[in-house]
Amino acid sequence: MEVVGEESIVAARQRAREMVRSLGFGMLDQSRIATAVSELTRNIVRYATDGRGEVVIRDISSDDRGIGIEIVVSDSGPGIEDISLAMRDGFTSGPGLGLGLPGTRRLVDEMEINSALGRGTVVTIRKWRR
Amino acid sequence: MGRLGVSRVPIVRVEDTLIATVLEDLSDRDALLLQEDLGRLIERTGAAGVLLDLTVVEIVDSFLGRLITDITAASRLLGAETIVVGIQPAVAVTLVELGLEFKGVRTALTPEKGRRLLRQSIAESRTGKYRRG
Repeated sequence: MEVVGEESIVAARQRAREMVRSLGFGMLDQSRIATAVSELTRNIVRYATDGRGEVVIRDISSDDRGIGIEIVVSDSGPGIEDISLAMRDGFTSGPGLGLGLPGTRRLVDEMEINSALGRGTVVTIRKWRR
Repeated sequence: MGRLGVSRVPIVRVEDTLIATVLEDLSDRDALLLQEDLGRLIERTGAAGVLLDLTVVEIVDSFLGRLITDITAASRLLGAETIVVGIQPAVAVTLVELGLEFKGVRTALTPEKGRRLLRQSIAESRTGKYRRG
């Protein structure tokens, strides 16, 4: 789904929750995923050019790894200058608490960040059903 | 006992307490309106307590979490004690993992327990040395 401004944060986290619920994830994982998507989508609204970007939610269940979900949150905004710094608790380049990226990392099983200055950021998170 | 405020969160007044019950997934803007409503209503009514009921709330992210901390702190400066009630277990675990400390925020498991705690707290502040005019 396309992210356009603040209303998209609620839509994205609700869509992610519906997907993990339908895959049989428990209440806690539903909360973790919805919250992670909320944090990442807010980053787009706050930092990306015109607050625009995209959230793609995919069922990545397989025979080897079991039931899983992948969410890719991308924008073509300014990019992150120093990813390891952005992953540090309390670091922020904006008005927030600096919990967004490091906090999100703690809510999911896997997280990858690809960012190029001036070109944008792609954050991929994955969660597997226990 | 009509509905007060302009946000999507219904707020009612019961004696000297404002009860705000969040009934839906709030956008950032809705959450900020709730903050404004509560500030204005505490000032207008002189309420001594605020009960913020999150019983049906399924998600509290860092934005709403910080706002709740801010609401609590600002209400206290206006002379009203806030108790946050009904945080779901899954939301509580998520908040801790996210790294939100909820510093200075008093909580109770249920609205009933919250009301009791609020009554005690209001009674104590009236008789105690930190009495406010």
